[in-house]
Amino acid sequence: MSEPPKNNSNGAGAADVIRTDAVIIGAGPVGLFAVFELGLLDVRAHLIDILDKPGGQCAELYPEKPIYDIPGIPVISGQALTDRLMKQIAPFGAEFHYGEIVTALENIRDGLWRVETSEGKIFEAPVVVIAAGGGSFQPKKPPIPRIEDYEGTSVFYAVRKMEAFRGRHVLVCGGGDSALDWTLSLAPVAASLSLMHRRDSFRAAPASVGKMRALVKAGAIKFYQGQPVALHGGGGLLESVEAKGSDGNFRVACDILLPFFGLTMKLGPVADWGINLRENLIPVDTEKFETDRAGLFAIGDINTYPGKLKLILSGFHEAALMAQRAFRYVHPDKKLVFQYTTSSSSLQKKLGVSLKGTRGEGI
Amino acid sequence: MPKITFISHEGEKRQVEAENGISVMENAVKNNIPGIDADCGGACACATCHVYVDEAWREKVGKRAEMEEDMLDFAFDVRENSRLSCQIEVRDELDGLIVRTPEKQF
Ligand SMILES: Cc1cc2nc3c(=O)[nH]c(=O)nc-3n(C[C@H](O)[C@H](O)[C@H](O)COP(=O)(O)OP(=O)(O)OC[C@H]3O[C@@H](n4cnc5c(N)ncnc54)[C@H](O)[C@@H]3O)c2cc1C
Ligand code: FES
Repeated sequence: MSEPPKNNSNGAGAADVIRTDAVIIGAGPVGLFAVFELGLLDVRAHLIDILDKPGGQCAELYPEKPIYDIPGIPVISGQALTDRLMKQIAPFGAEFHYGEIVTALENIRDGLWRVETSEGKIFEAPVVVIAAGGGSFQPKKPPIPRIEDYEGTSVFYAVRKMEAFRGRHVLVCGGGDSALDWTLSLAPVAASLSLMHRRDSFRAAPASVGKMRALVKAGAIKFYQGQPVALHGGGGLLESVEAKGSDGNFRVACDILLPFFGLTMKLGPVADWGINLRENLIPVDTEKFETDRAGLFAIGDINTYPGKLKLILSGFHEAALMAQRAFRYVHPDKKLVFQYTTSSSSLQKKLGVSLKGTRGEGI
Repeated sequence: MPKITFISHEGEKRQVEAENGISVMENAVKNNIPGIDADCGGACACATCHVYVDEAWREKVGKRAEMEEDMLDFAFDVRENSRLSCQIEVRDELDGLIVRTPEKQF
């Protein structure tokens, strides 16, 4: 779905490279908490995620569902946990790069890693933390026969430039926010716009649904109730979409199809980085959660070791131990002292709290 | 223990001795029934446990809840008798239940 990475590795000057202490791949709960543990040890981080928001599975798959096994918090929703993690890590000023997928990872010399994203950004750091969870979130592709023949020419799972659809006959499929938002945005640009959904109610925000219905009423766009089952056309150029409705099949003429059926997790580029994988997971040790390559760590759902549990709390523990080791790569000359956040004034300074404030907010 | 029959898209039948109190999806996973992915582990958050309930059983199995209805938007080829199998709790009353798995979970 993303454009091929721009080749910056030759022409780009050193100024374009973002140099930092640690690059965290994946801003799920575990990647987020890694910012905290690294931050306490003065290791600064950049996070990269293909999603346009933090929280990984918690925010994308179950924002409103309850989690009952976060120690000390009897119940919290996926979104609320994400929000609280964001608040907790705020003092460390990590930088977030959303909507970008990490395409390449290589060890350029001893002690230095290079990370490249789909947007052509290049990072260099002594520490890379892979917190890629179940893989990168990518759009679900409806299993319509021969849909791949049309992908990139007539079928798109994301809108990069609205102008690309100017004067085209666009069919949007789906009933969530993406489907409704693009219906509303593309309606004035497209030659004709149709929306198709399997039922006449929508998960999307009621305000967008209202606007969509008004456009349908005014005759500006069309709404079809049905589900796409076949594509007609040739040479990658779509002519119509065949759909199943309650009274049998019907066709909608269009030359662009935009299916919005949510996201699914796919391992994605992690498989291409030459890392030793076991059943699509990255083996690590349980002392530092490091891979077999120095400075390259894997924490959270993406890793595996004897006894591994894919739980948020396990990922948090892994982040804490990883940080201890990462510190040595980033500050080889400094001594690591074990401290509690409760009692260490130096840690509290980093957190922006003072001993006097401990009776305040959040207790 | 109630018996549940899963019929694959290709027509292959598999009958399992189901456990009461857990979902049809969990019974399928325990018995390695192919065609049910259940990516989210039963949280009604993935729609990859989609099944078609045999007509004769639709009434006993009951109706979709609102959250399930929303989630079915992410399934392919949704029909009147579509259900998410993680949302059907097995009970004695469902002894003999027949469900079909779709061509593909998506
Ligand atoms: C419905 C459901 C309920 C759950 N309930 C619980 C529960 O009650 N308790 C519990 O402990 N756990 C629960 N889990 C599991 C929990 O959500 C996961 O263990 C947790 O999200 C793992 O966090 P993570 O940070 O390792 O990965 P994820 O949350 O998977 O985040 C990984 C992130 O990395 C990004 N990414 C991956 N590859 C790339 C790349 N190449 N470039 C850019 N970005 C990339 C992804 O887009 C994603 O945002 C549940 C899961 C589900 C689906
Ligand atoms: S298992 Fe995910 S919705 Fe049923």
